[in-house]
Amino acid sequence: MKFSDQLEARFAGMITHYPARRSLLVPFLLYSQDEYGYVTDEVIAELSRRLEITELDIRNVISYYSMLRTKPAGRFNVQVCTNICCLLRGGEEMLAHAREKLGVQVNKGITPDGMFSVEEVECIGACSWAPAMQVNYTFHENLTPEKIDKILDDYRSEAAHK
Amino acid sequence: MATLVNHPDEVKIVSRRFGQGAANIDRYLELDGYKAVQKALELGPDGIIAEMKASNLRGRGGAGFPTGLKWSFVPKESAKPKYVLCNGDESEPGTCKDRLIFEHDPHSVIEGAMIAAIAVGSHAAYIYIRGEYRYLLEIMQKAIADAYAKGFAGKNIFGSGYDLEVYWHGGAGAYEVGEESALMESLEGKRGVPRIRPPFPAVVGLWGGPTVINNAETLASVPHVLLMGGKAYAEVGVERNGGTRLFSLSGHLARPGVYELPLGYSLRKAIYEVGGGVANGRQLKAVVPGGSSTPCLKADEIDIALDFDSTMKAGTMLGSGGIVVLDDQTCIVKFALRTIQFYRHESCGWCIPCREGTDWLQKSLKRFHAGGGVAKDIDNIRYLAENMLGRTFCPLGDAAAMPILGFVKKFREEFEAHLDGRPCPFGQHDAPHALPVLSH
Repeated sequence: MKFSDQLEARFAGMITHYPARRSLLVPFLLYSQDEYGYVTDEVIAELSRRLEITELDIRNVISYYSMLRTKPAGRFNVQVCTNICCLLRGGEEMLAHAREKLGVQVNKGITPDGMFSVEEVECIGACSWAPAMQVNYTFHENLTPEKIDKILDDYRSEAAHK
Repeated sequence: MATLVNHPDEVKIVSRRFGQGAANIDRYLELDGYKAVQKALELGPDGIIAEMKASNLRGRGGAGFPTGLKWSFVPKESAKPKYVLCNGDESEPGTCKDRLIFEHDPHSVIEGAMIAAIAVGSHAAYIYIRGEYRYLLEIMQKAIADAYAKGFAGKNIFGSGYDLEVYWHGGAGAYEVGEESALMESLEGKRGVPRIRPPFPAVVGLWGGPTVINNAETLASVPHVLLMGGKAYAEVGVERNGGTRLFSLSGHLARPGVYELPLGYSLRKAIYEVGGGVANGRQLKAVVPGGSSTPCLKADEIDIALDFDSTMKAGTMLGSGGIVVLDDQTCIVKFALRTIQFYRHESCGWCIPCREGTDWLQKSLKRFHAGGGVAKDIDNIRYLAENMLGRTFCPLGDAAAMPILGFVKKFREEFEAHLDGRPCPFGQHDAPHALPVLSH
C-alpha cells in the first residue's frame, strides 16, 4: 500500500531517530490508527515489508498495547476512566451515563451514524481532576452527567458543521 | 488544560515555571532556562555526579533510588553507544504530575535529560511519553524542535564540542511500560515485557548499550539541582531525601490537585491543610499514599512524614506521590476490586504468579463484593497475594499484591461484613452522592 503523504512524512521523520528500524513501530502504529481509524491489514503488511519483521510479530505488538485496535471505533471514541480516583468521584456513573446517552455497549459497538463509541479505560492521568474521560485525545475533566451531555452534543454539532 | 492550584506551604522548584508560558523557549530562557546544562558542561561528568549525590535527589518514579548513584553506575568506557531515557509513561493510578511538567515546562525535561547525558557520556537522549498524552507529545515535539533551532541540541552544543541528540517517542497504552526494562523493550518496537536483571540497564540497556533511565519529574528536578547547588537542594528536604515532590492529591478531598511539597512534609497536613480535608464533612477512612500499588494507611496512621524512609517504616511506600483519600462511605472491598481489576488488565502474562494471581484475585474479590464470598476466601485472598510478592520479573506482581494485602490486613472486618450473601454495607453510590466537591 501507499501511505498517505502525512503518514509517509511521519515515517521518514521518525525512522532516522533510531539505530534499529523497528523502534518506530509503536508510535507509528498509533499514528496510522489516527489516519485510518484502526490499524489495518494493509498497514501491517506494509510495515512488515518496510521494517523486515513478520506480520505476526507486528500483531503480537498490537495486542499488547491497549490503545491499538484492529477494528474501527466511532469517529469520536469516548474513553471514560473508572480507575480508583475516578471511581471515588463517580467514574462508573459517568461511564453508565455516556453509555445510556449514546445507546451503545461499552467496549463494543458504534452508534448507527458512526459517530461515537464508548470505552471503559484505565487511569488516564487525570486523578486530581476526576472523574475524567478522553474523547479521542482530548481530556475532559471534573465531569458531571450534565457536562457529558454538553460535551457529546458539541462533538455531534462540530461533526455536522464539517 | 489541567487546573493549577496553590497552597502557602508549597515550595515551588519543579513547578516554579508552571503557568508562566515556559513551554515557549524564549520564555524558558528568561526563567533561567538552559543555564544549568551550560553549567553541566563546565562541571564535567564527575562534577555533575558529585552535585547530584550531594542533592539527595531520589527517583521520582516510585522506587526512590538515588539519582547520582544511578548515574555513577554507567561505565565510562563503552563499545556500544550510551543512552539516556526519560520515562514519561506516567500511568500509576493516582498520579498526574508529569502531565503538568510536560505541559508547563517541557524544556526542563529536555535540559535534565541533557545533563544526565553529559554526566554519563551519552550522545543521545529519548523522551518517552505515554500514548494517551498526545497533546503533551506535541508540546514536547515542538520544544525539541525549538531547542535544535537554537543550537542547544545536535552537534557541538553551546560551542562545547559535545554532540547531543534529543528525540521524542510515544507509547500506545501500557502501564507496564513504566517499568524500566519494559520501557526499553517498547522503545525497541516490541511488547513491553520486562527483561531479567542482571545485567542492569546501566550496563546493558537500550539496544544493548549502557542506559540511564529516569522519571520525567526526576529529570525536571535536575536543572534545579545544578542551579541551586546540590547541598542547597538537599536542605529543602530531610535527611537522605533531598528536595521536593509533586504530590497528586485525589479522591475525597475538598481541594484535590497537584502540589509541590518538600520531602518530609506531614501526610496529615497534606490531607487536612493542603488538600482541604475530607470533602462534604465526612470522616477519613484510609489513604493510599503513593499511587495505587502502595499499601493503604488507616485514618489513625497518617502522622508520618512524606519521605521514602518514613513511609517505608510505616509499612508502605512514597511511590509515585499519588495520595488517594478515601472517606468513611467508601467500600474497601469494592476499592480493592477496582485496584486488582487494573493490575489484571495490565499484567502482560509473562510471569505466572502475576498472570494467575491477578486473575484469581479479581475473581475472588468480584464474587466477594457481590455477596458470594465465604469466610475462607479472606485468607485465600491473602495467600494468593503473598505468593505473588517477589516472584516476578518486574514489580507489577508486587504492585498488584501489596495494596490487596494491605486492605485485607487492615480492613478485615469490612470483608467479613460482606459474608453470607449480605449486600455491600455501603450500597451503590449514585453519581451525586459520589461527587463531593468539584473544582472548576
